[in-house]
Amino acid sequence: MGALLQEVCTRAEALHIPLSIHLDLTYRCNERCVHCYLDHDDHGELSREEVFQLLDDLAEAGTLILTLSGGEPLLRPDFFAIAKRARSLRFSLKVKTNGILIGPSQAALLRDYGVHQVQMSIYSHRAEVHDGITKIRGSLARSVAAIRLLRAYGVNVAIATPLMAQNFADYPGVRALAAEMGVAVTIDPTITPKIDGDTSILRHRISTQDLQSVFRDSSLVGDVQNFSACTPVDDDVLASYPCSAGHTFCYISPYGDVFPCVQFPLPCGNIRRQSWRSIWVDSPELQRVRSIQLGDLPTCSSCVHASGCSRCPGLAYMEGNMYGPSSADCEKSLARTGVVPKAWQPNRSADLIQISLENCGR
Amino acid sequence: MFVARSSAVAARLLEEEMVIMCPRTSKLFVLNAVGSAIWSALDGGTPLSDLVRDQICARFDVDFETAMAHASEFVQQLAEHGILITAEQPITNQVSLENATQEAG
Repeated sequence: MGALLQEVCTRAEALHIPLSIHLDLTYRCNERCVHCYLDHDDHGELSREEVFQLLDDLAEAGTLILTLSGGEPLLRPDFFAIAKRARSLRFSLKVKTNGILIGPSQAALLRDYGVHQVQMSIYSHRAEVHDGITKIRGSLARSVAAIRLLRAYGVNVAIATPLMAQNFADYPGVRALAAEMGVAVTIDPTITPKIDGDTSILRHRISTQDLQSVFRDSSLVGDVQNFSACTPVDDDVLASYPCSAGHTFCYISPYGDVFPCVQFPLPCGNIRRQSWRSIWVDSPELQRVRSIQLGDLPTCSSCVHASGCSRCPGLAYMEGNMYGPSSADCEKSLARTGVVPKAWQPNRSADLIQISLENCGR
Repeated sequence: MFVARSSAVAARLLEEEMVIMCPRTSKLFVLNAVGSAIWSALDGGTPLSDLVRDQICARFDVDFETAMAHASEFVQQLAEHGILITAEQPITNQVSLENATQEAG
């Protein structure tokens, strides 16, 4: 993140402005990715009018960056009306799609509306691997064709590649494909539980050994020695917030449910029952999330990784305690540095049975 | 000179400073209070000199010549980045998303 954007984020945080919003327009999808954290049914999506009202409210609240996602957002017949409305309200618009429904007319609209970025997940440069993950034969070819089409229309495209056991060995191939198409790529080894708490999909996570291998790849992390170092913990770190969830970022489901983040399923309100402003300002859950500083975390605040850890409060919440550690991030810290995190160290007897002794004199 | 805001950019007022993102270049701009006042007043149909007199000199402690010189430089810089559009005639034919929100649905 650039210094100016960081400064804008810091000011937005101080002013409690929801600078960035992730809005899922639908959970319906035309792919069936093995690691997806959503169901794919329609439980009563927001109508176009409800979405329009929400966009008006978000613009009023100061939101600048709006991500439209899903599910596959282009499955909604009113997707382009919503995108157009969003741009008329001067949001910086990002769209997450698998590209299967993007042809020349859709690419032209995304260009004409000034969409800032279209993001697509590409799991592998090999069809048998990518299509095996999406469970749709031909999906790699169609997504890659959409990327090339969007690029031809001058639309900014980025590739996201979640790393799983199935595609771990293929990220160099994806990066080469991305370079050939002139698009950026982000590699991410994070696989989260389903939004309903089902952890069965975590079996797709890469092994600790593979995680270590990723963190030793200088083409990904830069200076490996620097990346692997434990950084010191000071008072500024302990007074900092874990992440932007609930501070300048928020997630809204296709049904109007508001959560601090996509992977932080703490219900904070619903825009069908309350105004956006009342949820954002008054929700006790959001206020609680906002109140948590790193120093308040009983285990993580005294962990050697406190300053360098990517601890996700949402994953901690899904493990049962938003003040606790996130085991996935403990594993990342261990793989990155080789140092066992506090949460995984055995309790010492002195912690179990404590004796206080004071010499009071005679 | 007549000046209009490009409909291609994203913008939001953060307290009294306008934050602008250009999707084409991914560049971020932050305008101070005076720049934000000019930005908000630009409508494509009012001469820049009138906006400077009515919106800047009337609100900020600055004489017209100084304000006009700064405003012209400000407009030129943002126009070079495609953030603003300038013309010698009123700008009325820019494709405006604001006026066309009903068409896509």
